[in-house]
Amino acid sequence: MAHATADHAHDHHDEPAKGITRWLFTTNHKDIGTMYLVFSLIMFFVGGSMAMVIRAELFKPGLQLVDPVLFNSLTTNHALVMIFGAVMPAFVGLANWMIPMQIGAPDMALPRMNNFSFWILPFAFTIMILTFFVPGGAAAGGWTLYPPLSIQGGDSFPMLIFAIHMMGASSIMGAINIIVTIMNMRAPGMTLLKMPMFCWTWLITAYLLILVMPVLAGAVTMLLTDHFFHTSFFNAGGGGDPVMFQHIFWFFGHPEVYIMILPAFGIVSEIIPTFSRKPLFGYDSMVYATASIAFLSCIVWAHHMFTTGMPLAAEMFFMLATMLIAVPTGVKVFNWTATMWRGSLSFEPPMLFALSFLFLFTIGGFSGLMLALVPADFQYQDTYFVVAHFHYVLVPGAVFAIMGAVYYWLPKWTGHMYDMRLAKWHFWLSTIFVNVLFFPQHFLGLAGMPRRIPDYAVQFADWNMVSSLGAFGFGLSQIIFATVVIKCVKGGAKATAQVWDANPRGLEWTLPSPVPYHSFQVAPEVK
Amino acid sequence: MSDAHAHDAGSYYIPHQSPWPVFGSITLFTLLLGAVATLNDWFSVWSLLPGFAMLLLLFFLWFGTVIRENQQGLYNLAVDRSFRMGMMWFIFSEVMFFAAFFGALLYARQFSVPWLGGEGTKPFTHLLLWDAFKGSWPSNGPAALGPHADGSFETISALGLPAVNTAILLSSSVTVTIAHHALIAGNRGVLKFFLALTFLLGFTFVYLQAHEYHEAYTELGLTLGTGIYGSTFFMLTGFHGLHVTIGAIMLTVIWLRVMKGHFTPQRHFAFEAVAWYWHFVDVVWLGLYVFVYWL
Repeated sequence: MAHATADHAHDHHDEPAKGITRWLFTTNHKDIGTMYLVFSLIMFFVGGSMAMVIRAELFKPGLQLVDPVLFNSLTTNHALVMIFGAVMPAFVGLANWMIPMQIGAPDMALPRMNNFSFWILPFAFTIMILTFFVPGGAAAGGWTLYPPLSIQGGDSFPMLIFAIHMMGASSIMGAINIIVTIMNMRAPGMTLLKMPMFCWTWLITAYLLILVMPVLAGAVTMLLTDHFFHTSFFNAGGGGDPVMFQHIFWFFGHPEVYIMILPAFGIVSEIIPTFSRKPLFGYDSMVYATASIAFLSCIVWAHHMFTTGMPLAAEMFFMLATMLIAVPTGVKVFNWTATMWRGSLSFEPPMLFALSFLFLFTIGGFSGLMLALVPADFQYQDTYFVVAHFHYVLVPGAVFAIMGAVYYWLPKWTGHMYDMRLAKWHFWLSTIFVNVLFFPQHFLGLAGMPRRIPDYAVQFADWNMVSSLGAFGFGLSQIIFATVVIKCVKGGAKATAQVWDANPRGLEWTLPSPVPYHSFQVAPEVK
Repeated sequence: MSDAHAHDAGSYYIPHQSPWPVFGSITLFTLLLGAVATLNDWFSVWSLLPGFAMLLLLFFLWFGTVIRENQQGLYNLAVDRSFRMGMMWFIFSEVMFFAAFFGALLYARQFSVPWLGGEGTKPFTHLLLWDAFKGSWPSNGPAALGPHADGSFETISALGLPAVNTAILLSSSVTVTIAHHALIAGNRGVLKFFLALTFLLGFTFVYLQAHEYHEAYTELGLTLGTGIYGSTFFMLTGFHGLHVTIGAIMLTVIWLRVMKGHFTPQRHFAFEAVAWYWHFVDVVWLGLYVFVYWL
């Protein structure tokens, strides 16, 4: 069969190609992972700049910087950029780098499709950013694209829809690749229940992606035909229902929020055992809890819609199912805490981020539990309380886990240790400012400040000013993060294969730092 | 051969450097910008042409590379298994795409139309806006949208052309299975005949569906704009018809490869992938036949 290739077993392909074609034409999981991570960092700053303008406008009551339509465009696109451009690609980038190394595979299972799923993204976001420059301006109806408002958009409307189609195609291909890699490429002896938690959480996330991204594609396609081809999916006059869009959208949207947090759970489950110098407490229960969360995430979508006038039975069902998610999530938080119990703890930057995640994500989880209560939600709906809730799970949740992962594996990738002092500065500034930024938003929301508004009543002035100051501090702190990463790529003290003296577990630590271009040419034996 | 990544015989084949993924991304970008330009009336519909031309080229070049590598024997059984799993999950993603539209159909029939007709505990839309509207199915809504001035429209009987089309698709599933068995048995003559029969049945289905659409638009007052019935009817059957067309083209390509002597009784993943896809299209049709035409 393949004997024709055996005679050049040690040719030049062990080295990356030279020049720009290395990145354009690559099929290497590490190159593609790097591109995903760099892209994600750029998008993090693009979306972050939008957030800075938003918080500058909200610094005091009245309109001062941007007109209301542009303000709404900025909130809409801030969300889309952060979700589809920053958080999701960062996790896919980490998956690309780590999964083949953690399961002892030579590469991802479908390397060309891997590069395809990455390169779609820059083009998709080019289309999306271009919407700011067409007649009518960028989409301003919120990232959830609720009709009838969203389909009244100008020339930007079909551009945004197609950009979302492209992002969806990219995610589906990425997910298929991850599932196939994990199911088909594990080294001998690497049984499913021996896999690192990061692989497990990503496997389950990938199933969720394939389940819901096509539904989002269907939903936005219906928006498109309602606008251009006279269909009536979301038009009551024709027998449709705008609320139907919300059902279809949130059937995607709720699993989507778990798509953005399950890999974070996996990362934290890698970091905490390492720096506690103990194996993960309750590994099996972690796996089952992840699977339960994924299953439950598919049957709770209408808790985003409690005020739309659903039948009482539906409100009850979605309330109770939502609260049920607290059980497996509680199992996880308990296991992480129990892992640290009587451990020999040390507080390197990855551990600091993981600990911050543990506390602050849990705050976001608790405010989620409050929002799950139908009668309470009637008050909280569309207030800053919701904004505070989901930013707590996404920023000190998902984003902190990503930063923790970068600080954990960066020496493995580059072969250099990074500047620990600067990284700790980054950590402390981020953790302090993220709370200054988002905690007051709980108060604003409970006091009744609505979300997605450029101006507000003077009674909300104090906490908005505090929140904006926190935002500027948090935004500036991220420049330190970029500095640490860039410095580390350029040079630094040599990292050992183990990197951490905490003796981390996992196949990735058996490889030298930096990892050779092709990691496991010969599959390792796992005992 | 020069761009094949070196490996021991039997090890997993990793291609080295490929221009097709980036080319594919640029293709998608061009195609969708063309669609944007068309929809926004920036340019004529011809702005779609470059995208489609590039798409055609992409398929030729990318699949050409994969077929060539396969003929060279670079793919071991593990690679074959990756392809199988990949195709399976791709088809599952397609299932979920259709699920969105089936979901819209069921929501309209079970909830939005009856509620607009006054059912349920929240009757005020009905009472205040459209108190004469009866929430029955088929419906083009309380505003009676559609091409006819009086808002009337007719539906297509399940017993006419749709029944014929059901028979056609079901037989094509049988013929593709016969072709598969012939391939395994090494009976290339039977394989060629039944595979050709399969895609001919597929194209016949598409032709009859187009005929049905023509009748719906010109005689029945049933269009995409005929309220929620027209929307769900055309979007479901339309996307299905598109998938049948793609499937029939794929079957044709496989047939051409069979004519060139590709595939062995043991190794013929491309054939099987297309056969799976064909069965998937068939199953979607059964769902359509029951929920769109029949019930």
